[in-house]
Amino acid sequence: MEAQASQFMAENPEHAPARRRPAEADSATYDREHRGTVGEVRSEVPRMRCTAVNVHYGDKHAIRDVSLDVGKNEVLAMIGPSGCGKSTFLRCLNRMNDTVVGCRVSGEILLDGKDIMAPDVDVVPLRARVGMVFQKPNPFPKSIFENVAFGPRIHGLAQSQAELEEIVVSSLQKANLWGEVKDRLAHPGTGLSGGQQQRLCIARAIAIQPEVILMDEPCSALDPISTAKIEQLIDELRRNYSICIVTHSMQQAARVSQRTAYFHLGDLIEVGETDRIFVKPQHQLTEDYITGRFG
Amino acid sequence: MTQTPLLIVLLLTLSSLAYHFGRKRAFAVSGGRIRTLHSLPAYYGLYAALWAVIPALLVLALWLAFEDSVITRLVIASLPPETATLAPSRLNLVLNDIRNLVVGNIVSSEPDAAILAAADRYRDLRGISTTALFAVTLGLAAIGGWFAYGRIRPEYRSRNAVERILKGILITCSTVAILTTVGIVLSVLFESVRFFQAVPITDFLFGLDWSPQIAIRADQAGSSGAFGAVPLFAGTMLITLIAMSVAVPIGLMSAIYLAEYASPRVRAIAKPLLEVLAGIPTVVYGFFAALTVAPFIRESGGLFGLDIASESALAAGLVMGVMIIPFVSSLSDDVINAVPQSLRDGAYGMGATQSETIRRVIFPAALPGIVGAVLLAVSRAIGETMIVVMAAGLAAKLTANPFEAVTTVTVQIVTLLVGDQEFDSPKTLAAFALGLVLFFVTLALNVLALYIVRKYREQYE
Amino acid sequence: MSEPSQPVRDSFARVEAGMKRRRAAERRFRFFGKCAVGLGLGFLVILFVSIVGNGYSAFWQTRITLEVTIDEASIDPSGVRDPAVLQAADYGALIKQSMRELFPDVSGRRNRIALYGLVSNGASFDLRDRILADPSLIGTTISLSVAADDDVDMLMKGHIDRGAPEADRRIKDNQLAWIEKLEADDRIGSAFNLDFFSNGDSREPELAGIRGALMGSIYTLFVTLGLSFPLAVAAAVYLEEFAPKNRWTDLIEVNINNLAAVPSIVFGLLGLAVFINFFTLPRSAPIVGGLVLTLMTLPTIIIASRAALKSVPPSIREGALGVGASPMQAVMYHVLPLALPGMLTGTIIGMAQALGETAPLLMIGMVAFIADVPAGVFDPATALPVQIYLWADSPERAYVEKTSAAIIVLLLFLAAMNALAVLLRRRFERRW
Repeated sequence: MEAQASQFMAENPEHAPARRRPAEADSATYDREHRGTVGEVRSEVPRMRCTAVNVHYGDKHAIRDVSLDVGKNEVLAMIGPSGCGKSTFLRCLNRMNDTVVGCRVSGEILLDGKDIMAPDVDVVPLRARVGMVFQKPNPFPKSIFENVAFGPRIHGLAQSQAELEEIVVSSLQKANLWGEVKDRLAHPGTGLSGGQQQRLCIARAIAIQPEVILMDEPCSALDPISTAKIEQLIDELRRNYSICIVTHSMQQAARVSQRTAYFHLGDLIEVGETDRIFVKPQHQLTEDYITGRFG
Repeated sequence: MTQTPLLIVLLLTLSSLAYHFGRKRAFAVSGGRIRTLHSLPAYYGLYAALWAVIPALLVLALWLAFEDSVITRLVIASLPPETATLAPSRLNLVLNDIRNLVVGNIVSSEPDAAILAAADRYRDLRGISTTALFAVTLGLAAIGGWFAYGRIRPEYRSRNAVERILKGILITCSTVAILTTVGIVLSVLFESVRFFQAVPITDFLFGLDWSPQIAIRADQAGSSGAFGAVPLFAGTMLITLIAMSVAVPIGLMSAIYLAEYASPRVRAIAKPLLEVLAGIPTVVYGFFAALTVAPFIRESGGLFGLDIASESALAAGLVMGVMIIPFVSSLSDDVINAVPQSLRDGAYGMGATQSETIRRVIFPAALPGIVGAVLLAVSRAIGETMIVVMAAGLAAKLTANPFEAVTTVTVQIVTLLVGDQEFDSPKTLAAFALGLVLFFVTLALNVLALYIVRKYREQYE
Repeated sequence: MSEPSQPVRDSFARVEAGMKRRRAAERRFRFFGKCAVGLGLGFLVILFVSIVGNGYSAFWQTRITLEVTIDEASIDPSGVRDPAVLQAADYGALIKQSMRELFPDVSGRRNRIALYGLVSNGASFDLRDRILADPSLIGTTISLSVAADDDVDMLMKGHIDRGAPEADRRIKDNQLAWIEKLEADDRIGSAFNLDFFSNGDSREPELAGIRGALMGSIYTLFVTLGLSFPLAVAAAVYLEEFAPKNRWTDLIEVNINNLAAVPSIVFGLLGLAVFINFFTLPRSAPIVGGLVLTLMTLPTIIIASRAALKSVPPSIREGALGVGASPMQAVMYHVLPLALPGMLTGTIIGMAQALGETAPLLMIGMVAFIADVPAGVFDPATALPVQIYLWADSPERAYVEKTSAAIIVLLLFLAAMNALAVLLRRRFERRW
């Protein structure tokens, strides 16, 4: 009974098998001997600790033996070429892969020392603690207020309407959106600009006061000015949350993150302080990627 | 009429002759060098064949369409004046006698001399008409073929000409849909206008009393012929409401279950099985309602001390609802599947359970589409005929009690028009007025529903 | 708010607190979904069980074996075996004679009529056909199996309770005694009901068959198919391949979509007003039924045909145009053959729809009682669904099983047509 909700997800692969398929990796240039991760995968004050995580999609081995920590109050950037598994790994952290047909995850993922992969863990409270922001802004077709209030409402976080309003207002403030929308809270969230929509989604995620926020290429659909605003926001959010961000842009990783992890074809190649990775990468693949030889 | 197949065969023979000669001539004019022809020889043949058959067929169709009414009019004109000026209904009887005499059937009464003469005249006219038809169409075919034959030259663009003709035929076919709509509107409107000359339109639309029997004697009680359609509209709405309250929850919930919860295997079995419900003819539902459901409801009502009519609105509405379940469920299924996956991800990513995602995100997002689907289903229920004809009542009663018998618009159309009919009594014309209302109400619902659904789809494309 | 850790703990506790309620709500919702699917399928099962349960017995018929002495003096006194005389002879008397011989002690007019009532009125026709086919039987005694009266049939099938008080039963006590004697003599038994498939409609339930209705339906569908398929294909080809995008074609499109949702009874009104009143085509004839159903199924087939044309990739057209075919040639020789299976599938589905349609046929008079099997599209006829409607309205108990049996036949036809459509789709399905 404990894992009821997660079972629903697992038994119910009906969210269109065709809609989500793992990306194909190009295995041409990669030497399989380079196993094992270079650099320090552990953090001094871990919020999440992953050990030997493997992900299979059907016959395909999408993530191999990845061990990685997400530290408290840090931004961890995950970079790598397309199809390297960084998004797949991110989705393991709040078990979003449960909803994907034919996806099997093994290994140990601890959140505050408790294994979230255990069969008795319910994904619902887990996802309340590990929130997620997606690549494409996906506000619900409701008002701005209702978008932010969605999480507090379903989780029963507010005892009264006043408390709910307070949560919405403070979330919008934290997402740097309050000034732009305070006069039109009743307008539909889909009417905002792309950047505003993405900040609305971030506000929506922080309204449930998670401990970790996962961001899957949150700026890839946005223009540079909106991107700058979101990056600034990420930096501010770091004070209260752990953030794990997948990005295609190395500049972005360099700008917002404290630590950076480089993925390549399902392997975690190198992890380290962002400053160090971009200045002095230790692995040849990391260096090739950062210097733009491929990717 | 009976010689039409022979005529068509003759025309087709002429046409294939035209093809043969046209093709031969194309070879001849090219002097054996086919490359000098603009088109392939077959196109020259086809050109001649089409010219031979199409005008003749058009004339044939028009001739057949109007032959009978023209002959009838001529016969009426030849009748003695006291017969020709009879009331239309009586005149029809006379005409029927004449026709029966012509075919050699037994006639109801001993025919008098005038009728016999008319029958002879009728027979003569038909003979003349048939001969003339043969002459005209075959002549036309010959002329058409000859005309095309004469135009065959190496430089003549016969392929383009043939393609123009074919395209013309295609366009004509595609206008059949328009003609059907025009036909529906005109035929229903025309008879309705005649009806509204006898019964004021306000009495029809707002009258509370429906009893279409026209009194035979002036002093007859209880059947003054009232045409207030409000009880019919109310009955239709009551049954539709019952049907919808069965079909919408069941259809919607099964669509949701099959789209969001069921395993692919369950879905692959249950979905087509549910759709079988839509493929069953409505007359079968009608029989089921009358034979099984209505007595069952009546008896179960009896257990609770309820007095339920054997033709209760509940039975008809219930069965109609079952019929509409797959309609609602497959339309809702399309609509639910059109909700983008990103919205589901967003809700799951925040820790919503599956039912919360469905109720608070997917359902509101799909609502316009679902409303459209329900409107289509309502229009379907309003127009449904056989179930109510077989399981609902005939008496027009203004009630909202589902245990009583009510009647509907479609039931009344059927009752008024099935059986003996004279075409000028308000009784039969009333059916067309009801048909007019039915057509426009369902049309409005469909247009509205299709508009909503289209807008909804555009939102997510 | 400035202290992050405190609200985090607090909110997590609240999430945990609500989980029990939310899991219950989830289970409840899922349960409702299951119930809805279950109810839908349950209705389907009840429907089929009710129809098949009522109808299967109609495929069997109670028959009584009689020893009939074919007395030459009574049917062919002249002895010349003139077919006209044989045709008109009173075979009923021979049947009655044979019944009297079986039960010699029945006396009195009323009792005799009750006795003769055990066999069907159609028995004399069976005998006549037998004699006409083989006149040499005259003068001999033959063993003839004749259909029993519908009330006897109902009794034998258990629809009439033998224990009920006599006043409540259509079979009276004396008849019951005779039937029991017939049973004891093994003269009454059950056989496959061929009459059901070979006879037209009849006022006598035991003689009523679906042949007339079936032929009516076949003629009607024949007309419908012959008209609607070419018309729909032509219209679809024009709209999909040649039509310019303008208001006129928009109008046609909107029209087709709306016609597909117009109630079928309105098409019946159209048929009545236009084909019967205006063009004075014969009432009750399959030709008119076919015309009306053509107009009704046309939108369905046009929509399916357009979808089939749309699924042919543009590269086929471009290939044909590239080697110098005219647009018309490209469509006729290359696109149309590829789209044809899809069009046929749509047509079969449209035909299945037409086969099950009743309401418009009522409007154009195909609802009359017609005992003869129609021989052409201009003959008065009825159709299978209309026959079901007519029988459903008949009061005799025996018509209930006839109706259900006719429904079974209709459903079998529909199932076959849909299976054909599915097969066609599987066979010719192409992925480009």
